[in-house]
Amino acid sequence: MLRKIRIASAAVVFVLLTLLFLDFTGTLHLYFYWLTKVQLVPAILAHNMALFAILALFTLLLGRVYCSVICPLGVMQDCVSNISGRRGGGQKGRFGFSKARSKLRYGMLALSIIAFVAHVNIIISLLDPYAGYGRIAANLLAPLYRAGNNLLSWFAETLNSYALYPTDVWIKSWVSLGIAAATLAATGILAWRDGRTYCNTICPVGTILGLISRFSIFRPALDAEKCTRCGLCEKGCKASCIDSANMTIDLSRCVTCFNCIESCNFKAMRYAPALREKRSKQPIAASGEADDKGGVSRRNVLAIAWAMAVTETVKAPLLQVDGGLAEIKDKKIPVRKVPIVPPGAQSLPNMNRHCSACQLCVSSCPNSVLRPSSKLTMLMQPEMSFERGYCRPECNECGEVCPTNAIGSFTRAEKTAISIGYAVFVKENCIVTRDNVQCKSCERHCPTEAITLVDRDPGVENSLKIPAINNEKCNGCGACEYYCPARPFSAIFLEGRKTHSSI
Amino acid sequence: MEKKDIKELTRRDFLKIAGAGAVLTGAALAGCKPRNKVSAEGGALGDVPTDKMEYRVNHNTSDKVSLLGYGCMRWPMRKTSGGGEEVDQDAVNELIDYAIGHGVNFFDTAPPYVRGWSETATGKALKRHPRDKFFVCTKLSTHRGAELQTFQGSRALYEKSFKDLQVDYIDYYLLHNIGISGMQGLMQRFYDNGMLDFLIKERIAGRIRNLGWTFHGDVKCFDYLLAQQDERKVLWDAVMIQLNYYDWKYATGMNTPAEYLMGELEKRNIQAIVMEPLLGGRLARVNRQGLKLLKETHPEDSAAKWAFRYAGSHPNVLTVLSGMTYLEHLQENIRTYSPLERLNGPEYEVLEQVAEILNDSNYIQCTECQYCMPCPYGLDIPGIFRHYNIIVSEEKRLKSSKDPNYDKYRREFLVGYDRAVPKLRQASQCNSCGRCKPDCPQRLDIPKEMLRVDKYAEQLKQKMEF
Repeated sequence: MLRKIRIASAAVVFVLLTLLFLDFTGTLHLYFYWLTKVQLVPAILAHNMALFAILALFTLLLGRVYCSVICPLGVMQDCVSNISGRRGGGQKGRFGFSKARSKLRYGMLALSIIAFVAHVNIIISLLDPYAGYGRIAANLLAPLYRAGNNLLSWFAETLNSYALYPTDVWIKSWVSLGIAAATLAATGILAWRDGRTYCNTICPVGTILGLISRFSIFRPALDAEKCTRCGLCEKGCKASCIDSANMTIDLSRCVTCFNCIESCNFKAMRYAPALREKRSKQPIAASGEADDKGGVSRRNVLAIAWAMAVTETVKAPLLQVDGGLAEIKDKKIPVRKVPIVPPGAQSLPNMNRHCSACQLCVSSCPNSVLRPSSKLTMLMQPEMSFERGYCRPECNECGEVCPTNAIGSFTRAEKTAISIGYAVFVKENCIVTRDNVQCKSCERHCPTEAITLVDRDPGVENSLKIPAINNEKCNGCGACEYYCPARPFSAIFLEGRKTHSSI
Repeated sequence: MEKKDIKELTRRDFLKIAGAGAVLTGAALAGCKPRNKVSAEGGALGDVPTDKMEYRVNHNTSDKVSLLGYGCMRWPMRKTSGGGEEVDQDAVNELIDYAIGHGVNFFDTAPPYVRGWSETATGKALKRHPRDKFFVCTKLSTHRGAELQTFQGSRALYEKSFKDLQVDYIDYYLLHNIGISGMQGLMQRFYDNGMLDFLIKERIAGRIRNLGWTFHGDVKCFDYLLAQQDERKVLWDAVMIQLNYYDWKYATGMNTPAEYLMGELEKRNIQAIVMEPLLGGRLARVNRQGLKLLKETHPEDSAAKWAFRYAGSHPNVLTVLSGMTYLEHLQENIRTYSPLERLNGPEYEVLEQVAEILNDSNYIQCTECQYCMPCPYGLDIPGIFRHYNIIVSEEKRLKSSKDPNYDKYRREFLVGYDRAVPKLRQASQCNSCGRCKPDCPQRLDIPKEMLRVDKYAEQLKQKMEF
C-alpha cells in the first residue's frame, strides 16, 4: 500500500514537473509553479531557509521520501531501473548490498558546499538533480514536444480550428544540449545497472538528506523474529542499502521506496517509528572504507562545434517581376560585452549566485529570447538575445517561474521602469547607410521613445534620417535589435547592464 | 452500393411480410425516394456547358471574344526538388485545355506576372492548340529597371514576349499600368523613347492586331490618351479598366470610379477589357451582412457569381478577366457566363446596397496583385492584407476590447496571423522604406496600412484596452 501511494504521488509530481518544462503557453505554471519551488537546491539558492528547514524536518520524520517522490531525477532513475528490471525476464532482485562510498559522497557534498560559498554555480548546476532533470526536459524533451504540437496544430489548421498554434522549434544551445544528453546518459546507465547509485554517491541533495535520514523517526526495520534472511529485500533494494545477512539497513542511503516491505513474504520488514525499536537494531554506520574506483564523472562537458550554414544571397533579377518572397537571412548573435539577463534578476552577479541552471525560464520564455548561456562564467544559466523575438512588454513569465529567485518576480508595470541594458548603434550596418532608404523600424518599435531620428547628413535638405539613442530611457528590451532589418547583424544591438538600473 | 442493396433487401422482406397493401406501400416508398441528380460529370450542380459561352464581338477586328477571359497572373505553383518554386506546368496545361474546351478564348498575361514566368508557361500551354482558337494579350510593362525605359530595352521586352509566348503575332498588346506614375511617367515610358510610334507601326505590319492600354491611378493620364484619339493621333482598339460593383461608385484610394471611365470609353466606342471583377477575391468573400443580402435574393448563387454577372452585364465589356488558379473557380465562372444572365433592376439595387456595406467596413483595398512583391525586406505584403481583410469580412475585427467575443476573436486574429504569414514576414517588420508604394496599382499607402495592421496586432498581443 505504502509503495503504491509512493508510486502514484511520484508519478503525479514527475508528470507535472515535466509538463512545466514542456508547456509553452504558461498555463500550467499558474497552478503548479510551486512544484519547482519545493526543490531543495533551488530553495537553498533562493536562501529560503524556512523551506529548507521544512524539508529537513520532513526527512527527519519520514526518511528520504523527497528522493522518491519530489525529486524528478530520482523518479526518472526509478523509471529507467524499473524498465531494466522488467527486461531481465521478470526476475526480481538484481540488486545486492554494497558498502557506502563515503569518500565520494562526502567529497561531492564538500565540493558543493565550497562551490556554494565561493559562488561557483556551475558545479552546483551540474550536480543539482532538479536542474539536471530540468535540462533534460528543456533540451531533449521540449523540442520533441513542440514538434508534436506543431504537427497537431497543422491538423487543427486543416480543420480550421484555432485551438492549437505552432511554435518555434530550435536548439537554444548546443553546449547545454550536450550536457543534458550527458546527464541523461550518465544517470540513465547508472540507474539501468545499479538503481540509485547516482543518488547515493554523487548527488549532494541525497547526501544532505542522507545525513538527516539516518536519524529519521519513521524508518524501515527488520523484525528479527520473523526474518528468515532469505535476502529478497536486499535483492529488491535499488539503493543497495539492506544487508540482509547482518539484518541492518543503511538509512542514510534508503530512499524510502517501500519496495522491501512489499517484497517480504514474511512481513518481517516494517515501516514504523524508531522509538519502539531496540537500540540493537540500529543500522550499521556507513563504513569509512570507500571504493572510489569506477566513480562516474558526468562533468565531461561536450563542446560541439557549431558550424553556421552559410546562407547564399540571391541576386535580384534584372527585370523586376511580380510576386515571390525575398529571402530573409538568419540573424547572427552580436558579441555582447555584458550578457543581458531578465528584469527580475537585478544584476548579473545576483543571478549568477542564485541560478541553478534548471532552464525552466528558458523553456517558458514565449518570445524565444532566453537561452542557456555558453559562456563559462555562467554556463547554462539563462541569457537574452534578440534574433527571434524581443522581451515583450506584456510578459513577466521568467520571473514567475524561477524557483531560486535568481529571477525575482516582477510586474508588467515594474518592468517598464527597469533597464536591463542599453542600445548601441552601428552606423555601417544601418540600411539607411547601406541601401539609402529611409527606415524607421527601431524608432517605431521602441516602447520607451529612447530613439529619435536625426539627419544623417546635417545641413542637406531632405536628408535621410538615422537613429539617435537616448540611453537614459532605454530599458534594454531589444525591440530595436529584433526589428532592425539589417541582416545578418542588426545595426542596433543591446549591451547588458551588469546591475540593472531604474529609468 | 452494398448498403443500398441491403436496404432494398430488407424493404423487399418487409413487403413480403406485409403482403397485402403492397401497392400502397410501394407508392409510399417511391414518394420518399430523394431525387438524385448526382452524376459523375457535373454533380448536383449539373454539367459545365461546353457550347453556351457568351461571346462579344470586337468592333474593329470582328473577333468573337469569350466573355470570360483567362487572367494568367495567378498560375498554380509547385515545389521544385531544389526547394524552390516553379509554375506547375501540368496544372496550367490542364486549366488551359479545359478553358478552351469550354469556349474560353482570351488569355491575358504580361512579362512580370508570376515572377516573370507567366508568358513562358502560358505560351507552352497555348502552343498545344491551333493558333486561331485563342487570342493572346500581353503588355509593355512599366516595372522598375532603368534599362527597360529606353527604346532598346522596351523593344527587347516586346520581342521577348513573342519568343516566350511562341507566337508570331499578338492579338492584344497593351501599354501597361497607365497612370501609375503620373503624366511624367507616361511620357517617359511610352512617348519620349519613341516606343508608342514603334508599336503603331507594328500594328500596321500586322504583328499587333489590337493596340490599347491598361489603366490604374492618375485620371489625367486616362483623359490624355483618350484626347490623343480625339485628335486622331492614335486609335485605341481596347482599354483595360478595373470594373466591379464596388469600384463603379467607390473607387479605392486614388483610383477613379469605373462609372466615369466606362462612360468616357463608351463615348468613343472603345470596348473595355475588365480586370479585378472580384477585387482580388474580396468580392468573393463579402462579409456576413452583405452575403445575407445576396443569399436572400438567390440562395444558391455565390458572391463571386454575382460579381461576374455584374461585370459581364455591361454591354461595352469585351471580356472579363479572372485569374483562376483552381479548376473549381474556372468551372464556376464558365457556368456563370454560359450563358450570361444579365442583371435586372432589383438585382442592381441589391449590389448597390452590398457596395455600401463594403464601403463602411474598413477593408485594406488590396487586390493581391503581387505588383509590390517581392518586398526587399522579406514582408509578405499581400499575405498580411489578405489575413486582415478575411478577418474584416468575417466581421471579427474587434472595434473594442470590451466586445463579448474579445477572447475568441483575439485568438483567431493572432493565431491565424502566425499561420498565414511567418513572423519575420509580418507587418511588424515593415520599416516604412516605401519602395513598394509606387508599384501599387490601387495606390495604397502600403507602409501606413502596415502600421494599421501592426497596431491592431499589438493591441491584441498586449491586451490593451481600446
